[in-house]
Amino acid sequence: MRIGVITFPGSLDDVDAARAVRLAGGDPVALWHGDHDLKDVDAVVLPGGFSYGDYLRAGAIAARSPLMQDVVAAAREGLPVLGICNGFQVLCEAGLLPGALHRNAHLHFRNRDQQLRVERADTAWTADYDAGQTIVVPVKNGEGRYVAAPADLERLEGEGRVAVRYVGGNPNGSLNDIAGVTSENGRVVGLMPHPEHAVEDLTGPSTDGLGFFTSVLKAVVAA
Amino acid sequence: MPRVVVDVVLKPEISDPQGQAVLGALGRLGHSGVTSVRQGKHFVLDVEGTPDEAELRQIAETLLANPVIEDVELHLPTD
Repeated sequence: MRIGVITFPGSLDDVDAARAVRLAGGDPVALWHGDHDLKDVDAVVLPGGFSYGDYLRAGAIAARSPLMQDVVAAAREGLPVLGICNGFQVLCEAGLLPGALHRNAHLHFRNRDQQLRVERADTAWTADYDAGQTIVVPVKNGEGRYVAAPADLERLEGEGRVAVRYVGGNPNGSLNDIAGVTSENGRVVGLMPHPEHAVEDLTGPSTDGLGFFTSVLKAVVAA
Repeated sequence: MPRVVVDVVLKPEISDPQGQAVLGALGRLGHSGVTSVRQGKHFVLDVEGTPDEAELRQIAETLLANPVIEDVELHLPTD
């Protein structure tokens, strides 16, 4: 199972994301933002970091890179796509996910282990969890506050588009404690916390993050 | 060369923690008459030939601003 991991200029967590794919049993495939080549991957991960130095807006310039045009087209055809942290920002900027990520309400960079409640256990990236399950993965961001206009937020909640929610404290002032959202068809998921940093006992607070990467392997087989 | 200015501001319903931090500093400096600060971005574009308003509006609304959370004001040359 070939899972692509895109590297943008300023990506930081592409190596950890590839490692998480490997530990889950997939074959990570390095993808370059400047190419028009998805290399026949079965799913794509957009990693964390600071693509283009967060210039203009976090994720704004990466969302308009050559490879993202291919990702957007393939996602509309059902390709599973996961955006983590900066990757989530890129997916919102690319219009694949609703809402936007803005400066943390307290203006501080926040780095800690974070409890999340899995709200949707039926997406391509969360099917190995149980709905309502609490997991612990690291969160680390300065522009992670999920925002949307009130009417859009109400619609999202009504459609059950919140994939994961912060519990035990909201690290950045995200509206409705939203940590991650899903596309309507459950194939595209974005979240600010970092499941790829919680895949091994030696280096993470838990191995709770592995489920994102094992889930997609089954989703690809089922499709 | 014609100069086009684009101002980008957060929509009124989106809270602006940076503006609030500036407001807090103003209060500490004794400027109690300022009741609100909204922080935005200011772009200055030099354009060859006659500015194409439709194209510039598209640039402003699809790249310079994120229409999910921001509004744009396009200022075309007046001369």
